[in-house]
Amino acid sequence: MLLNEFLLLAAALFCIGVYGVISRRNGVLVLMSIELILNSVNINLVAFSAMTGAVSGQVFALFVIAVAAAEVGVGLAIVLAIFRLYRSVDIDDVDLMKG
Amino acid sequence: MLTHVWIIPLIPAIAFVAILAIGKKLPRGGSEIGIAALAICFVLSLGVAAGWIQRVNHPPAVEANGAVAAAVSDGHGEAAASDLHAAAEETTPAAEESHPAESASSGHEEEASGHEEEHVTPPVVRTVTWFQSNGVKFDVGTMIDGLSTLMLVVVSLISLLVHVFSTDYVAGDRRYTHFFAFLSLFTASMLFYVISSSTLQMIVGWELVGLCSFALIGHWWEEKPNSDAALKAFLVNRVGDIGLLCGMIVLFFAAKGTFDVVTINTMANEGQIRHMLLLVASLSLMTAVMSKSGQFILHTWLPDAMAGPTPVSALIHAATMVVAGIYMVARLYGVFFNGFSIGTANINVMAAIGAVTLVFGGLLAFVQSDIKKVLAYSTISQLGYMVMALGVGAWTAGIFHLFTHAIFKACLFLGAGSMAHHIHSFDMKKDMGGLRKVMPKTFWTFVIATCALVAVPPFAGFWSKDEILAGAGQLGGDGGYPLMLIMGTLGAAITGAYMTRAIWYCFFGERRGASATHEMHENGPRITVPLIILSIGAIVVGLVNVPNTGFLSWVPGSYALRFEHYVEPTGAYFPGGLETFSHPEFNIVLALVSTLVGLTGVLLAYLWYWKDLGPHGLTERSRLARGGYKVLEYKYGLDILYVDVIAGSVKGPIARAANWVNQNVIDGFVNLVGTSVRRAGGWVYKYIDQGVVDTLVDGSGAAADVSGEVLRKAQTGKVQAYGAYLFLGATVLAAIFVIAS
Repeated sequence: MLLNEFLLLAAALFCIGVYGVISRRNGVLVLMSIELILNSVNINLVAFSAMTGAVSGQVFALFVIAVAAAEVGVGLAIVLAIFRLYRSVDIDDVDLMKG
Repeated sequence: MLTHVWIIPLIPAIAFVAILAIGKKLPRGGSEIGIAALAICFVLSLGVAAGWIQRVNHPPAVEANGAVAAAVSDGHGEAAASDLHAAAEETTPAAEESHPAESASSGHEEEASGHEEEHVTPPVVRTVTWFQSNGVKFDVGTMIDGLSTLMLVVVSLISLLVHVFSTDYVAGDRRYTHFFAFLSLFTASMLFYVISSSTLQMIVGWELVGLCSFALIGHWWEEKPNSDAALKAFLVNRVGDIGLLCGMIVLFFAAKGTFDVVTINTMANEGQIRHMLLLVASLSLMTAVMSKSGQFILHTWLPDAMAGPTPVSALIHAATMVVAGIYMVARLYGVFFNGFSIGTANINVMAAIGAVTLVFGGLLAFVQSDIKKVLAYSTISQLGYMVMALGVGAWTAGIFHLFTHAIFKACLFLGAGSMAHHIHSFDMKKDMGGLRKVMPKTFWTFVIATCALVAVPPFAGFWSKDEILAGAGQLGGDGGYPLMLIMGTLGAAITGAYMTRAIWYCFFGERRGASATHEMHENGPRITVPLIILSIGAIVVGLVNVPNTGFLSWVPGSYALRFEHYVEPTGAYFPGGLETFSHPEFNIVLALVSTLVGLTGVLLAYLWYWKDLGPHGLTERSRLARGGYKVLEYKYGLDILYVDVIAGSVKGPIARAANWVNQNVIDGFVNLVGTSVRRAGGWVYKYIDQGVVDTLVDGSGAAADVSGEVLRKAQTGKVQAYGAYLFLGATVLAAIFVIAS
């Protein structure tokens, strides 16, 4: 049916998200990219759920949205803390753990 | 009761451990545990005695002997039960023979009482197997008959009184607790010894009492003479122990591989053991008796043993331990009786040793100025009487003398301790004298015990000594044992004289030395009450064996010779059934003569010391008398012979040889071992430790270092780099899954 299109969309969103996570230097943008990855997963879950008729996929997607909201809250708090410490949100500056 | 006597030695053994463990924390330093244990033992011993008397009065029927024996021995004791069975079967014909005779003459009281004594009362034997080796069972167990019952009562009674006495006498001693612990251990060993049912067990008890004797003689070991005396006692006893081991081993093989006392005696009495073997065993065991019971030429340790505390001297070296040898002879009497042909001879080794000891030991008592040494030589002399009695075949007389002697000699020793309690000196020439007025209780008990020792009728010693002399005159082959009779009578005079001398020096005349400077007074009840109890014993215990023949025939049969009736064993394990065995009769002439001779000794000493009559100063005037005095003073030179000649000549060469062996052989070996171990260690260090182990350790360290250097570059600290690794890894894994599936 239309499953391929959904999967392709999800894959594209996932790749964009990964790219954003790896290459963006702004912490807020990194968080946004993570949201993209989560949403691509959500699309997959809902698509497979619609195809098989099982409701659990959609329920799981709702859970992911809830967890993602919480995650963004924690992430933004971390970014705020970084900003207070370094006066910037450039996560390349945060390399205290360098070996 | 009679089957559970093993409890009796167990109680003081537990007390020994308890006193050592918690004695120091108790208010009376552990003595209360010892006294309580001994009191229980004494009561139990009396219970055993009552049980035994009951058993003699109502002996189990002869037919039921096997059943009785089986009932008293548990599952492990089958061998003993079957032995008893055999013994019971052997005695059945004799008992049946006596039954018609009894019914024929049952109207006559004396006859009836005579037959009553022919009833066989089997001993109560109970054994368990200690261990088995090569088909031979090594049994331990208890054996109760009249003899062991008597010893139980005597040992626990004297030990109890000595414990009470000691609480005052050694009060404040630096090793007070220790002292009581060893008194308890000694009592346990002695009780264990006297209820032995096998010769192996007897050896164990024998050595244990020797050990306790050693520990208690050396109680004040800080002073060299005391530890020397302890060593001397131990070493001299060791000489006899060799004889004991040899004798017991010979008996073991002679009796076809058994240690059982009843079996050995029964076989000896029935002639199942060759006479030669019995003789060899008897001679070997005689050595042991000579050392333990202080018989002449191995007696030298006994006077030196007086270095121990006085209660120990009273308990061990007068009343109980030294009679271990006598007890052993009495216990194995079947062996000795047949080995020495006692019933038919006119002289034998045992009787001769006893006779020599009683005279020569008594003579030595004359030259001693130490009251305890006088009593020690007196003990040697009285032990000589006992050995002589056993040697002439007067078993009951010897054991009876053991009993009476234990009572009055304990009284004498404790009396000596009472005198010396304040002045801490036993030298009666230098430090005593005139104590009669200040210590009346000690004086009177001492005099009563002396009367018993000198055999004044009707004190205890009279009955037993008289019976011994009657035995020497009447038993044996034709003509009896004349030499023993003469020596024994002579010994009575000597005893009377030296005891009178001792009383003179202690109680009469002026107070001298320490007793004059000290304020002297009578001791407290813990010292005087045991003395009084023992002195009452010294008066009355002789009456338990009053004869009812001849002059004394008015004594009713049911009161006469009770000691003989209850203590003398019956049955095949005792030679009483042999036709050569008989009992001496009371002889009024002999009794009068021996008493008069004894009193003559007393009288001569009285005249000499009180009235100052007789050839005083003879030792200065006559060379012969001086020589005799010197011989006695040097104790016949035996100490010089043992210490200087034998030990001195042996110890030089042996010490040198031992030194050479030590220096060359043992040290060489030790050095060789040391050197080779050192070389081996060097090699291991150089090649194994440095080469292999260190390389491994260094290598692993270096490897960790290098890999760390490489890997630290991956640790960038940038969170995006880690994210990149993560996704890279996930991609690679996904690729692998795709390709693999």
